[in-house]
Amino acid sequence: MNLLIGSLSMGFLLSLLTLGVFITFRVMGRLDLTTDGSFGLGAAVAAALLASGVHPLLATVAAAAAGWLAGATTGLIYVVLGIDTLLAGILVTTGLYTIQLRTMGGGNRSLSATRTLPEVAEDAWRALRLPETVTLGETSVAASLFSALLVCVLFVLFSIWVLARFLRTDLGLAMRAAGGNPQAARALGLDTGVMTTLGLVLANGLVALAGALFAQYQGFADVSMGIGMIVTGLACLVLGEGLLGKGTLRRQIVGTLTGTIAFRLLVAAAVRAGLPADTLKLATALFVLAALGVPAVLTRMRGRMDRTPADLSRFRQRIDRIPADR
Amino acid sequence: MSEPALVLEDLHHTFFPGSPSEQRALEGVDLVMEERDFVMVVGSNGSGKSTLLNVIAGTLIPDHGRVRIGGRDVTRWPEWRRAGLVGRVFQNPVSGTIGRLTIAENLAVAAKRGIRHGVLRNALGRSRRRELADHVRELGLGLEDRLDTPVGALSVGQRQALTLLMATWVRPTLLLLDEHTSALDPGSTEQIIRLTDRIIRSQGLTTLMVTHSIQQAVALGDRVLIIHRGRVVESIGGARKRRLRVEELLDSFDRLRSADLVDQSAAEMVRRLYI
Repeated sequence: MNLLIGSLSMGFLLSLLTLGVFITFRVMGRLDLTTDGSFGLGAAVAAALLASGVHPLLATVAAAAAGWLAGATTGLIYVVLGIDTLLAGILVTTGLYTIQLRTMGGGNRSLSATRTLPEVAEDAWRALRLPETVTLGETSVAASLFSALLVCVLFVLFSIWVLARFLRTDLGLAMRAAGGNPQAARALGLDTGVMTTLGLVLANGLVALAGALFAQYQGFADVSMGIGMIVTGLACLVLGEGLLGKGTLRRQIVGTLTGTIAFRLLVAAAVRAGLPADTLKLATALFVLAALGVPAVLTRMRGRMDRTPADLSRFRQRIDRIPADR
Repeated sequence: MSEPALVLEDLHHTFFPGSPSEQRALEGVDLVMEERDFVMVVGSNGSGKSTLLNVIAGTLIPDHGRVRIGGRDVTRWPEWRRAGLVGRVFQNPVSGTIGRLTIAENLAVAAKRGIRHGVLRNALGRSRRRELADHVRELGLGLEDRLDTPVGALSVGQRQALTLLMATWVRPTLLLLDEHTSALDPGSTEQIIRLTDRIIRSQGLTTLMVTHSIQQAVALGDRVLIIHRGRVVESIGGARKRRLRVEELLDSFDRLRSADLVDQSAAEMVRRLYI
């Protein structure tokens, strides 16, 4: 049961990462490699601020703001210098490695001696005189585990609520339009460069928030913890889409949460089933490959494709077959 | 007298200058369109008519010359900024709308073209939705009952009708139509042309329409421009345009083509003699 609660907490907080990947990959139609850097950056900023005695809540928000800056940097490189976001993201992530080292004053930082957000939640739990253990079915769960889960749930539900509302405003809609069809968006008066940057800012804020919560949850920050996070985020995203489909915006947003939790539960189940720890990386990589590959194969078999380049070229061929009327 | 809606001054544009594939797309185009003018542009493939439209819309910045829309020099304005003055319908019906968004969402974006306010207002509040539905009803396509359908699920004809509505929702100073029926079947073409004519007349729009169809060039608009090798070689307006028949316009094309052949054979002769 403890493992389950742990997986749930991890699933909730990492769903912020998935939400970030959803914004860049699905809404803006771009693969943003800044994700790896801003996840680590969020963890590093939170760790450094916590160590200097800043309140955990403030440190967490500051970490998200650092993610906004990382996203804005990638966006500006793209808009001002005209370098594609893919390369811009790689450059920013590479640069951020040094910034993380400097921020933390080393390759990793333990948070065992500092007060973190889960501990704040635990104190609040005690202050409210809630029971020391929560009984779920036949097992009992320590209050600390449960309050940590609640913190993650609160952060995630709040972020999802804000994001879902934002995407329905005029500005949010403009951003989705710019990501969906840049040519049409420009013809409708939208500055697609600014909109892309906005998407990157929002996404990387969420990713850095995930990094900050992740570090506090596991009790340490490490400079390498962001490596491969874009792939994990993608896997959770695609898994969620496989489970819930991508019919509506609401479905997609709920899907990021569902997919991430399902992914974490799968990992936990694999570990429980006796998967040796040293094969976890390979297993994750294979799972990611399957998660990304299988739905694509399935949709192709179902022949129910969104507008892909292949679709468009078929469409053009159809146009060419229509005789000119002159 | 107000400023002309569109003034083009001595536009030049060359693709891949200095390379073997150098292509002079525009070689000095001048044009003045008064408000409410409806000008048809015809020309063979590669004549420069697409480049002309792209230069006006801001997709391309010309090597030389000026573009003035509604009295403002917009030559160096980026495309998105110019969109406040220009409404555009593309050849490909997929290009002008956002397939992933619903009909209502597409319209909500179009309703804000060139307007900046209320950025964090709910884009699809109840009153806005009612306004959108009323507007869409005018199309007579039954789309008002499908506001929450993704645009990607519509037929190309419906999509092009929607694009037309979106391009003219906020009254543009200039409407650009880029062979907007050439990807449609005859039935949809007929429907879109009728809708185009109705919208232009009812709103009194200034329109520049590029077309592949001689019939359309003859039947619509009050002036026809024939573009050839990056220049406006013929402008047929006024009473002559009203009397214009399809055969006459085709004859003009044939004359241009034979002139081309003479040019080419002359060049060939020079090459044989001197190189």
